[in-house]
Amino acid sequence: MAVKTGAQIIWESLVKEGVEVVFGYPGGTILPTYDAMLDYPSIHHVLARHEQGATHAADGYARASGKVGVAIATSGPGATNMVTGIATAQLDSSPIVCITGQVGTTVIGSDAFQEVDITGVTLPITKHNYMVTRVQDLAGTIREAFHVAREGRPGPVLVDVPKDVQNSKCEFVYPDTPILYPRRRAPAQTPSEQLARAAEMISKAERPVILAGHGVLISGAMQKLIEFADKTQIPVALTLLGLGVFPRQHPLCLGMMGMHGEAYANRAVQSADLLIAVGMRFDDRVTGNLKTYAKHAKKIHIEIDPSEIAKNVRVDLPILGDAYGVLDQLLPLVTSAPREAWHAQIHEWQMETGARDVLRKEEGDGLIPAQVIHSLWQVTEGNAIVVSDVGQNQMWEAQYYRHDIPRGLITSGGLGTMGFALPAAIGAKFARRDAEVWVVAGDGGFQMTQAELATLQQERLKLNIAIINNGFLGMVRQWQEFFYGRRYAATPILSPDFVKLADAHGIAARRVTRREDVVPAIEAARQSAETMLIDFRVEQEDAVYPMVPAGADLHDMIRRPVEPAK
Amino acid sequence: MKHTLVALVEDKPGVLNRVASLFRRRAFNIESLTVGRTHEPAVSRMTILVDTEQTAPNLVEANLMKLINVVDVQDVTALPTVMRDLALIKVKANTSQLAEINQLAEIFRGKIVDVASDSVIIEITGDEDKISGLLDLLRPRGILEMVRTGQVAMVRGSTHQDGNGHN
Ligand SMILES: Cc1cc2nc3c(=O)[nH]c(=O)nc-3n(C[C@H](O)[C@H](O)[C@H](O)COP(=O)(O)OP(=O)(O)OC[C@H]3O[C@@H](n4cnc5c(N)ncnc54)[C@H](O)[C@@H]3O)c2cc1C
Ligand SMILES: Cc1ncc(C[n+]2csc(CCOP(=O)(O)OP(=O)(O)O)c2C)c(N)n1
Repeated sequence: MAVKTGAQIIWESLVKEGVEVVFGYPGGTILPTYDAMLDYPSIHHVLARHEQGATHAADGYARASGKVGVAIATSGPGATNMVTGIATAQLDSSPIVCITGQVGTTVIGSDAFQEVDITGVTLPITKHNYMVTRVQDLAGTIREAFHVAREGRPGPVLVDVPKDVQNSKCEFVYPDTPILYPRRRAPAQTPSEQLARAAEMISKAERPVILAGHGVLISGAMQKLIEFADKTQIPVALTLLGLGVFPRQHPLCLGMMGMHGEAYANRAVQSADLLIAVGMRFDDRVTGNLKTYAKHAKKIHIEIDPSEIAKNVRVDLPILGDAYGVLDQLLPLVTSAPREAWHAQIHEWQMETGARDVLRKEEGDGLIPAQVIHSLWQVTEGNAIVVSDVGQNQMWEAQYYRHDIPRGLITSGGLGTMGFALPAAIGAKFARRDAEVWVVAGDGGFQMTQAELATLQQERLKLNIAIINNGFLGMVRQWQEFFYGRRYAATPILSPDFVKLADAHGIAARRVTRREDVVPAIEAARQSAETMLIDFRVEQEDAVYPMVPAGADLHDMIRRPVEPAK
Repeated sequence: MKHTLVALVEDKPGVLNRVASLFRRRAFNIESLTVGRTHEPAVSRMTILVDTEQTAPNLVEANLMKLINVVDVQDVTALPTVMRDLALIKVKANTSQLAEINQLAEIFRGKIVDVASDSVIIEITGDEDKISGLLDLLRPRGILEMVRTGQVAMVRGSTHQDGNGHN
């Protein structure tokens, strides 16, 4: 039995949890922990340029690997800088553990230097948080924090450790007692009446649609979903965070549904007589107006979190459980059916969408963003991990990069946090050193966290960065165009010369303004052993189509005007 | 309609704050919330009355169960329960009215627990209806102050809810 300081216990515990990399930023109250870090060389520390970046990096690491990401910061401003990153992880059910320094236990509550009640601040945006006031509790708390972060529906957990606790000593034992949480587990065995009823509803349905989301990925149910869809011949529509859980190239795949989803996917949902929702939470960007949402459809909801059931949408058959387990049990009970009429109907809608596709548009003066993304998809053969930012760039990515592989898209869906992409991509690259990682960001969002360019250079990481530069806060400009009479208040945005910015960091970069230069630039980036940034100067006022205005009926879409054929 | 939930929670700092924060964040409409100790030293007990006009009680229950410090939640509305609320009521009264007020209180099994020259304090324990019954009768005399603890509930019979979950 070895006596250790709290600071050492933090690292010992991280080693026990199998942590290889942490993202952080030092400061006064976390100094003992940073000092002890030097004695734990098996864990690599990445110095971010802002604690928000460190938290997004931990999140990106978690989403790319399926493991828990770790971020570390000092008390006060260090901890409050993490808030956006924590909320981002919470809204998207991403497992991260944040460790923060805190002022000494004897001065807590006295407004001591850099004291912030960070457990109070993060209470509503964490799955759980802890303040450890006795060094004897530290190892058990960190162990529980990892368990809570990854268990069931994952989420962020914060552990606040006062400086004197880091300096105190006790015997280090990593406990192995069972952790009681969760008190009520979703049943491993689905009640047979529920399975029978689901099978019956599926066999009776004429126009069924599967709605698959992020929970399929969390559960690791991708293969089961494919088998299930193949056997039943039911088309699959995906949420933004579900992209990749079912191959985009699969004939039954309808792509993304919702506000900027495929028109034919939304039509299928609105015409369906049965929806089978798996691991998705009926976000308002997915449903539009709830009163008119899939009015004719019975609904089966396969979901691990009971508080998501009947939260937004009335469900005829809720099935509480892990997506994999439920699909696995249901699969032998469902019957195969050809569903030819339904497929023909959807195919007709797909053809109509094809006629409007912007990819058919003749070359104009500027680059068309959808075409840039399309080229990126073609050149990378759909195999890259794309980390997208927020806004139009994110939607074009979702529509035109056809994700066939799970974890191929990492993006902030629920919080929609601009500035997420670059730091999250850094984290993703640490998780998947072998993978080709692309950042796709707008000129606005990129500027929010561009300081992380220095982080990636310090780490000598190889990323590929595509800035979809339209000179506007594009998505907001689009709302102003559609709903505020083109009054562009505070949306034109000046950017630095991104090529020079990259150069200042020692990063190679080029600017692309002509269509014929798109593919060569993407290829050059891929071939380079080092990070390369491409500043794509795209059409300034292009819009994302289709669009369901916020709160409107899902079938009430603003469509792109039909393009004449090439 | 009202639903009554009984929650057993770990007796740790900040747990009430977590529960209150959940209700505020989810905009749950809660009529009353009481917290107290139980026979188990590490466990506290909350009785929560949910206004079902605006808030679905099963969502309150499901969200409470997600809190790491919540050990168990049971919706006892449909079960035979004992529900109690305690009220202290200060009413205007001079000495000549004492006997009459005492009689009134006794009908409701309340009692006078303090007498001053121009007022008395009545203590009454009971369910919601009983306490409102007494309050209606006292109101014309002039209620000076009133405090209620909020409802606490326990299921009748030999089943019991403890720190290991209900059974
Ligand atoms: C600009 C912008 C536009 C957007 N437009 C769209 C759009 O058009 N379409 C769209 O879909 N989204 C859109 N979004 C994203 C949207 O806001 C949501 O983030 C997204 O729809 C959520 O997807 P989800 O429900 O699959 O994932 P999550 O929000 O991560 O929810 C996952 C669900 O799965 C459950 N779950 C977890 N683990 C398991 C398991 N093991 N088994 C079963 N269930 C499990 C969870 O409890 C949860 O209910 C947009 C976002 C932005 C920023
Ligand atoms: C931190 C943050 N602030 C504000 C917003 C609101 N918002 C959503 S999209 C958007 C515009 C994004 O512009 P840009 O990054 O240039 O990307 P584009 O839409 O042009 O692709 C804004 C401001 C947000 N999502 N996140």
